[in-house]
Amino acid sequence: MCLAIPGQLVEFLPGNGDQLALVDVVGVKRKINVGLLEDVQLEVGDYVLIHVGFAMSKVDEKEAAEALAMLELMGQAFTDELQAVAESSIE
Amino acid sequence: MRFVDEFRDAALAEVLGREITALCEPGRHYKVMEVCGGHTHTIYRYGVQDHLPEAIELVHGPGCPVCVIPMGRVDDGIAIAEREDVVLTCFGDMMRVPGGRGSFLDANARGADIRMVYSPLDALRIARQNPDRQIVFYAIGFETTAPSTALTVLRAAAERIENFSVFCNHVTIIPAIKAILDSPDLRLDAFLGPGHVSTVIGCRPYEWISRDFGMPLVCAGFEPLDLLQSVYMIMKQFAEGRAEVENQYGRVVQYDGNPVALKVLSDVFTLRPFFEWRGLGSIAHSALQLSPTYARYDAELRYELPGVRVADPKACQCGEVLKGVLKPWECKVFGTACTPETPIGTCMVSSEGACAAYYNYGQYAKQRLSLEVLQ
Repeated sequence: MCLAIPGQLVEFLPGNGDQLALVDVVGVKRKINVGLLEDVQLEVGDYVLIHVGFAMSKVDEKEAAEALAMLELMGQAFTDELQAVAESSIE
Repeated sequence: MRFVDEFRDAALAEVLGREITALCEPGRHYKVMEVCGGHTHTIYRYGVQDHLPEAIELVHGPGCPVCVIPMGRVDDGIAIAEREDVVLTCFGDMMRVPGGRGSFLDANARGADIRMVYSPLDALRIARQNPDRQIVFYAIGFETTAPSTALTVLRAAAERIENFSVFCNHVTIIPAIKAILDSPDLRLDAFLGPGHVSTVIGCRPYEWISRDFGMPLVCAGFEPLDLLQSVYMIMKQFAEGRAEVENQYGRVVQYDGNPVALKVLSDVFTLRPFFEWRGLGSIAHSALQLSPTYARYDAELRYELPGVRVADPKACQCGEVLKGVLKPWECKVFGTACTPETPIGTCMVSSEGACAAYYNYGQYAKQRLSLEVLQ
């Protein structure tokens, strides 16, 4: 559960305290909450590390790629996490 | 070796390993605790220990959120879930954690409605969709996860969603490290600081460890190279007679942490006077509860709970594993009575638990160990 998955910001979504954004996580678009990064300059195309549906830090493209490569080697734990992300529906 | 086969920068790992070896003082043994369960996972998955000299021993710490939940708190969750009007929600890792009355999966088999969610915001969505049910989120996790629960409570308050509450088991890492340092069971030399926790709290909260205990602490990233580089930074401190807090994971962790996350934590939570940790016992000011302002979202106030302390099974030695006193394979029931399929203790449940990580990936280390014994 302590995994942080990299995602790329696709779109900021209005409403809900302006905390929601659409991200691309391993090719799938999911809604996440970016409220914890409200004092960080975030733009569409930026990469963030996502933990339990919340962006926890902004990272550069290289870090995002390396973090993903690392997670893909983790096997079942990462598969389970992606499954959980796929079933998530944040509003 | 796995590490060399799979790791893209094996050459750099070799160089680091050699440099680390060169920094070891002859005849000295170094015990370095990795506090975070994510690090434990990486260490076993990639055989990081194999790249270190024998003088350096990695000791696994208490930083696995699922592992430290005591049995009594599992039973409290089940008691809440057994109410007709309640849907209990939790992270998937929590479902198989054994309590005195079985796990959440066992409770579901008896008719309770306990659902896995990916995010506390999924629990809040279920609350929106089911206004006639009470949705309780069974919150676990260190400072990495607690801000997410806090923001969810703030959203519930903003939207006036009143059929939502939190059964809070969030714990804080600093008092657990202090409990380990105060324990007479183990003498440590240095720490690998947790990566994700530190993105929230930063590096300053660890400074007392180097100041008061004279021990280096390096906040480390999660890749094998990160861990080797962090061990190198620790060994360099020893070689130069320094004891400092350093940040190897600077590409993600800011030295002062995340001020927004810290603000929501202090707005939504207060410290509990005491909290019982599985294996570590009761530790003062080591866990969070909802602050008076948000007390109406506190499931512990909303529902009557058994609140009974349940002793761990006698055979289980998770406590010693969580404190780093025992290695997973030294536990009497490891891999026999206690496996990931039928865990007796929590360290075998979560992939971040030292026992599960070792069970899944540790065979290489085990082979090496048995070879050493034979020689």
